[in-house]
Amino acid sequence: MTTLTAACAFGVITILVFVLGYIAFQGVSSLSWQFLVQTPKPVGEGGGIGNAIVGSLILLGLASLVGIPLGITIGTYLAEMGDGWFGTIVRFVADTMIGIPSIVFGVFVYAVVVLQQGYFSTLAGALSLALIMIPIVTRTTEEMVRLVPKSMREGALALGAPQWRVTKDIVIPAAMTGIATGAMLAVARVLGETAPLLFTAFGSRFYNIYLDEPMASLTVQIYNYAISPFEEWHAKAWAATLVLVTLILFINIIVRFLTRQKY
Amino acid sequence: MSNSENNLTGDVSGAKQKNNILGDRIFRIVLTLCAALILIIVAAMILVMTQSSWLSIKEFGFGFLIGQTWDPIKGEFGALPFIYGTIVSAILALLIATPVSVGVAVFLVEQAPKKLARPMAFLVELLAAIPSVVYGLWAIFVLAPLLRVYVQPFLQETLGFLPFFKGTANGIGMMSGGIILAIMITPIITAVVRDVLEAVPVTQREAALALGATRWETTKIVLANANSGIAGAIVLGLGRAIGETMAITMIIGNRPEISASLFDPGYTIASVIANEFTEATGDLYLSALIEMGLILFLVTFIVNGLAKLLILSVARRTA
Repeated sequence: MTTLTAACAFGVITILVFVLGYIAFQGVSSLSWQFLVQTPKPVGEGGGIGNAIVGSLILLGLASLVGIPLGITIGTYLAEMGDGWFGTIVRFVADTMIGIPSIVFGVFVYAVVVLQQGYFSTLAGALSLALIMIPIVTRTTEEMVRLVPKSMREGALALGAPQWRVTKDIVIPAAMTGIATGAMLAVARVLGETAPLLFTAFGSRFYNIYLDEPMASLTVQIYNYAISPFEEWHAKAWAATLVLVTLILFINIIVRFLTRQKY
Repeated sequence: MSNSENNLTGDVSGAKQKNNILGDRIFRIVLTLCAALILIIVAAMILVMTQSSWLSIKEFGFGFLIGQTWDPIKGEFGALPFIYGTIVSAILALLIATPVSVGVAVFLVEQAPKKLARPMAFLVELLAAIPSVVYGLWAIFVLAPLLRVYVQPFLQETLGFLPFFKGTANGIGMMSGGIILAIMITPIITAVVRDVLEAVPVTQREAALALGATRWETTKIVLANANSGIAGAIVLGLGRAIGETMAITMIIGNRPEISASLFDPGYTIASVIANEFTEATGDLYLSALIEMGLILFLVTFIVNGLAKLLILSVARRTA
């Protein structure tokens, strides 16, 4: 029986190695400086993912600006005063929200923002990503804040500090590493999101910094390259994937390194 | 006035104390409002999507769920082929992923030496970090050819008399979709089953071993005790499989037909939204697609809620 379960475990890891190895093998050949800075061009003329990288960073930055602080605040609420009925409901809804397909957030933002404004925009894309981030950051923050020993809170309270200062100046700083790693995981997760961006940020062939215009992203660019009928674009899809997966694995490994002591 | 830093060192004059109480109250209100935001978002999602799909809901009613034609040109919209595709691909994925995931979790928690288990668990979790679109790319160029050339002809030769393995084997279709979903949900099911197994008290294992049970018999007892948690993990995997979009859109073939053969192309709810949303011309078309989104939302919300309750029940029992 141990042989069988070990086979499962090693089989799954083999798939991981196979997928990653194949990406590296296929991606490396088309990777070049031009590829990383140029905008997409018609078949046969080269072109790259420069605008998509910048677009992904802008979308991610905006989404983080909204999603991370909100997530941390809600998570803190759940950990510090969320044991009543209201907290239980919020926790349950946040948990189920994590499992809602990302494309549904795209549909929602489309109906609320894009349909009203009449055009695809960076802001709409960032909003859909932020909605995905909020429950993830909430749950990791709650877990981390709960890990802070009660004695630290009691100590500060006994010195006469009000509750809000205990939370803000003692508890949150103590849990900061954990909260930060949770936020990084959320960033890594939305960095790989494609579906909600398809009809919010839409995609663009140019460098763009305007928030009320469509915005390119790495994932949507990969998708467009991948489903095209051209060999050359397939090669570009692999190269872009190599860039994306490298970024995501890098974040995951840093998080692993930061949280190593806990286990 | 003392500056606010002195608060921590015991300045408890009357005015200060009043300030503190006021501060605490404001703090609590701000945090509670933020927490309420999550409920507001979810409520807004239900409201907005219902309102935006009202045209389609009014036009087709419950017939939307059992209608078999999806013809944007004639303005006829039925969701059954998509519901069928979603369910079949998800079940296929669960059939593959469940035994493997439980196997991996048992190996990592019960059998592997700690030194080996930790890095291996991390590697399995990394599978979940790979974006959906990347799995889709890999499926198009690696998995589909592999199935077309080796696996599907073999299945056709040996089990070809079954309706599941009829038709042309071209790699793109329900089977490939199910397999790629299985790979994607394995790390998720594994992670939850691991947590559940770890929550079973060590004393149970010791008691079984002390009574003379073998290692495997002990594991079986542990699994039996964790069964509702494992069920929760499977349901969670189901939720993920239902909502998975990019990878399956790229590999399932995107044809709204109901066919018993796993070699034939299918279509899922999430895929049709991803594919046709930006092309939807006409209000009714768009409205029908948003209704698809609403269905996806409600189904996954219920499925995830159920999974959460099942997993919680284990945590409570062992606490």
